[in-house]
Amino acid sequence: MARKLMKGNEAIGEAAIQAGCRLFFAYPITPQSEVAEYLSRRMPEVNGTFLQAESELGASNMVFGAAATGEPVFTTSSSPGISLMAEAMSYIAGAQLPAVFVNIIRGGPGLGGILPAQSDYLQATKGAGHGDYRLLVFSPATVQEAVDLTMLAFRKAQLYRAPVMVMGDGMIGQMMEPVEFDPPPENEGLPSKETWASCGARGRPRNIVRSLFLDPEVLEKNCHELKAKYDRWHVDELRHETYNCDGEPRLLVTAHGSMARICKTAIDELSEEGIQVGLFRPISLYPFPSQALAELADRIGRVLCVEMSLGQMVEDVQAAVGRDLKVRFFGRTGGVVPSPDEVKGAILKQLEADA
Amino acid sequence: MSTIFSPPRSMTENITHYCPGCTHGVIHRMVGETLDELGIAGRSIGIAPVGCSVLIYNYFNVDFQEAPHGRAPALATGAKRARPDLIVFTYQGDGDLASIGTNEIVHAANRGEKFTTVFVNNAIYGMTGGQMAPTTMPGQVTTTSPAGRDPALAGYPMRMCELLSTLRTPGYVVRTAVHTPQLMVQTKRAIRRAFELQMAMRCYTFVEVLSTCPTNWGMSPVKALEWLQENMMPYYPVGVFKDPDLPETQKGLVPTPLDHQVGQPE
Repeated sequence: MARKLMKGNEAIGEAAIQAGCRLFFAYPITPQSEVAEYLSRRMPEVNGTFLQAESELGASNMVFGAAATGEPVFTTSSSPGISLMAEAMSYIAGAQLPAVFVNIIRGGPGLGGILPAQSDYLQATKGAGHGDYRLLVFSPATVQEAVDLTMLAFRKAQLYRAPVMVMGDGMIGQMMEPVEFDPPPENEGLPSKETWASCGARGRPRNIVRSLFLDPEVLEKNCHELKAKYDRWHVDELRHETYNCDGEPRLLVTAHGSMARICKTAIDELSEEGIQVGLFRPISLYPFPSQALAELADRIGRVLCVEMSLGQMVEDVQAAVGRDLKVRFFGRTGGVVPSPDEVKGAILKQLEADA
Repeated sequence: MSTIFSPPRSMTENITHYCPGCTHGVIHRMVGETLDELGIAGRSIGIAPVGCSVLIYNYFNVDFQEAPHGRAPALATGAKRARPDLIVFTYQGDGDLASIGTNEIVHAANRGEKFTTVFVNNAIYGMTGGQMAPTTMPGQVTTTSPAGRDPALAGYPMRMCELLSTLRTPGYVVRTAVHTPQLMVQTKRAIRRAFELQMAMRCYTFVEVLSTCPTNWGMSPVKALEWLQENMMPYYPVGVFKDPDLPETQKGLVPTPLDHQVGQPE
């Protein structure tokens, strides 16, 4: 497919279609309503289903019902809506079904605002809903990466029969950038539907899709099955990018998503001024690429975590580098996006303080 | 010797967990018989609620999904839209459907989703131990209305057939009961009609069945049947509120008598 200029939200919708998804259930919320608007036009063209649900509770539980039949399905929302969808995420994880959730984050808490933020990091990575479960969480920094990671999310959801989240901030959803739609990644093997999906029991024993296990030993066993997947993620699904780390940078910045992009601009400008600063950008937020970060942090010796929040990922960064290295933090929140100059200022202040 | 009566093939031989005198077992059996008679068990999906019948999947040789509290209509919507070739039914109680899941049921019905809802109304929360439901009768004592439901504080019981019948879309809305043999026969007929309408992809189908809960009502099974007749029947009239093959009467607010329902022998 040729290179196209697309808004992030629309590109995410198209990526789902290119990945083979024909079912989309959603409820409008700023700043990601364009996904629904795009797919309300696009799904009928590919004989797919677009359904505007009565609420995010409804939409996410429609995803649950469709996922149980074994068909690829997804939904998109923004922060307050994701809080409502947390119910279904927990059930989908417990019932071991494939589904993709996209969160285009806006400022919070509460109704918050409608401008970009990263303040749902803890919600996504530490468990939005109740119980012993995790989401596989990807954080794109460009519209192109949002496309690629959305396609990848469908494959990973199928491979692990687990809910996968693509989490961008409002900028990723609203920004227009050139994108290409490469063929989706190879299907790594959906476990045969015969053994788990609820799609008519003719010719085989019935399948029951459930998260209820009243016998504590059986529930614990189900939790261990989930844990085994998460352990695999910590080996096979770690993703990160480093930038300007090859020389001898004086400081390592950690940032994800759009924030990392802004940090790159600040790092480039500092580089022209003769000050070398490296960047570590986690792409998988859960599992968090702790080992790779720790090795880099040990070498560079100074770490500054920059976020569009008052400090959420910084907890994982600190846990990764250990107690001997105090991670510093700079962030703006509530929909305020730090400029490259502000990030530069924060970096220089840190370097001065440590001098 | 020939077999003249046996359990439905679409049901398992598991012993149900229901209390003595509970009518869930009878209603389960009617669903099972219907799946057998229509030959659809192998291409059906049941959606279980949260409540006493959460374990309904233990009793059917049918693929099942277990929904969060109140969300069965949303799961059924997702499943039916994903696989329109399958038969999808939900089985919900009154706390599940008329309280926490009111939004989901109203909108699924209003979209005209092509699945079947079996709604069992026993005017109380059973599994959690007899709390007041939206369907609890005025004056009825429950563990959260120890002095009896006070309509001044809790409002009057919600009548779901009447509520859904004010919507234009839903095609088949019927209320029945199972406390007499005649009503059981009519309930079975209504459930079968609902599945037939779904098989023809004609409309959303909703069958409410008035039911007893001797345990949480605090009375014997026989007394519970009498209580249902005396207290619930006047407030919750049985009948066909909507049927695509019957002329609509007063926007569905006045039901057609059950003995005029489609499929009734002449």
